[in-house]
Amino acid sequence: MKIEIKDLYFTYPTGVEALRGISLTVESGEQVAIVGQNGAGKTTLVKHLNGLLLPTRGQVKIGGWDTTKYPVAKLASRVGYVFQNPDEQLFSRNVGMEVAFGPKNLGFDAERVEALVNDALVLTQLADKTETNPYDLSATWRKMVALASILSMDTDILIFDEPTTGQDAVNVARIAHVIAELRKRGKTVITITHDIDFCAENFERVIAMSQGKILLDGRTNDVLGREEILASTYVDPPQLTRLGKRLGFKNTVRNQEEFLNALKK
Amino acid sequence: MAIVNLQNVTYKYPLTDVPVLQNINLQVEEGEFVAVIGPNGAGKSTLCYTLAGFAPHFFKGELTGIVEVAGVESHNSILSEWVLNVGLAFQNPFNQISGAKYTVFEELAFGLENIGIPRDEMIARVEGAMKLTGISDLADRSPYSLSGGQQQRVALASILVMQPRVLVLDEPTSQMDPIGTREVFGVIHSMAESGMTVILVEHKMEWIAQFADRVIALKDGEILMNGDPSEVLTSPLLPSNGFGTSRYTSVARRAQELGLWNEGKLPITLDEAVRGFNSSLTKEEIPDARAK
Ligand SMILES: Nc1ncnc2c1ncn2[C@@H]1O[C@H](COP(=O)(O)OP(=O)(O)OP(=O)(O)O)[C@@H](O)[C@H]1O
Ligand SMILES: Nc1ncnc2c1ncn2[C@@H]1O[C@H](COP(=O)(O)OP(=O)(O)O)[C@@H](O)[C@H]1O
Ligand SMILES: [Mg+2]
Ligand SMILES: [Mg+2]
Repeated sequence: MKIEIKDLYFTYPTGVEALRGISLTVESGEQVAIVGQNGAGKTTLVKHLNGLLLPTRGQVKIGGWDTTKYPVAKLASRVGYVFQNPDEQLFSRNVGMEVAFGPKNLGFDAERVEALVNDALVLTQLADKTETNPYDLSATWRKMVALASILSMDTDILIFDEPTTGQDAVNVARIAHVIAELRKRGKTVITITHDIDFCAENFERVIAMSQGKILLDGRTNDVLGREEILASTYVDPPQLTRLGKRLGFKNTVRNQEEFLNALKK
Repeated sequence: MAIVNLQNVTYKYPLTDVPVLQNINLQVEEGEFVAVIGPNGAGKSTLCYTLAGFAPHFFKGELTGIVEVAGVESHNSILSEWVLNVGLAFQNPFNQISGAKYTVFEELAFGLENIGIPRDEMIARVEGAMKLTGISDLADRSPYSLSGGQQQRVALASILVMQPRVLVLDEPTSQMDPIGTREVFGVIHSMAESGMTVILVEHKMEWIAQFADRVIALKDGEILMNGDPSEVLTSPLLPSNGFGTSRYTSVARRAQELGLWNEGKLPITLDEAVRGFNSSLTKEEIPDARAK
């Protein structure tokens, strides 16, 4: 399912111009990371994809649907959005109900709901916590619940807003695994992240935003190698990219495998 | 004498059976910058609450052992006095914002008003803290209509303005952009140099390696390691216990297995990695080593 954004502007009621001319196409099944400084407009941009925010000017189309012409409830069948702050999203009494809410609400039959819920709980390693109240879990696990409750909706497009924030190495690996699994299933995944190493290791395309605009959009190695432009939006290249540069590698490397291959040469 | 002194501290939340902190012994000198690392649920935030007096004064529960800051025992103090010595930045910045004020500037001035700081000094301190956290341009904005990272900067600034003797920071950069994170670590480092004591929980190993004086590794409520960053962060105990390491350490560890790293010690910073790989490469024992 294609995402088409044309010349998008958005101004909050307070007068803050958060988006200033964004044009962007994401093809079905692509995995894209969005990076950029605090306040760049990343969250504002992705909230346009499921109709939580509507353009002040310009157009957003999801699989041909103009978001101004379809209600949020309808768009929810195409786009799942995991909030930056899970507490804006969670409301159910226990984890099982929270994760079942979305697919039930989309009108799936009981059997499909059960299968989707189980799949989401297994992917996020929450299967042993179905009876727990999300608010008895630590903030990091609440984030995993928020993720599971969107996975279970089986939408073609999934948006993760800073999913690795506060997570330990084990949970970061778990989230990387979820994204890899979604890639296999042909889903479109858009992930906002400040963790540039995570970005480098898990995404093929990267968009860098600054002050409501797109600065760079391209293949991961091309974008993450552009040190000066990235610095203007407060992003450092990944650790191994910087190390490779300091060691005089000709090509930009972005993960352990590329680094070790370059080292052997 | 240590400004922070924890002796045999064990703590249990009210409704749970197992202690979340177990037999913690920790001394921190004035002006030291100590980083606390650990997997999710290790007890890092609970340790912060204990240092900041919220456990047990706010959360209740059961605390045994000694928690002492600047010579005063937590048991013998009340929260409103305790917080003058110890400032805590919460893991969730939203919990920090008072809700009483309309603008970021007023929000930051709020705590200073409460303790009767004169107006001129108040303005100077607020402006200073906004500059250090990169939010000067947000002074007139509402603290509620901010992006996640901006909110986190306001939360940090609201602690810095109070100038506590001990600064306890629970993942203060988790939502900050990468260069902002590096800058904030730099700011915290220089505050420690000028005598403030800092205890910081973080997952960002690259900057812990660069800026912290000491690293505490916490696991299942116990201190697993407590020492020099270069010792703790390269220990084989970290990966086997679910801790992350910097990419420099992990790639060198892998390179060592492949015979591509010939230095004794694994690197924790970019500079160390550059030096180590350069000298490993010039030794040119690579083809042989690769065979094994
Ligand atoms: N509800 C709101 N009302 C008014 N302004 C807002 C609101 N939410 C965000 N803004 C402003 O819009 C701009 C873009 O914010 P946005 O949340 O999209 O940034 P972001 O790139 O996601 O940042 P971060 O990395 O900190 O999450 C910022 O200037 C922010 O202060
Ligand atoms: N307010 C609370 N009441 C009861 N248990 C809690 C509370 N806060 C944290 N815990 C529990 O204490 C343990 C340690 O949590 P925490 O200190 O938040 O760890 P960390 O910050 O290292 O992730 C976890 O098992 C967590 O569920
Ligand atoms: Mg955001
Ligand atoms: Mg915590």
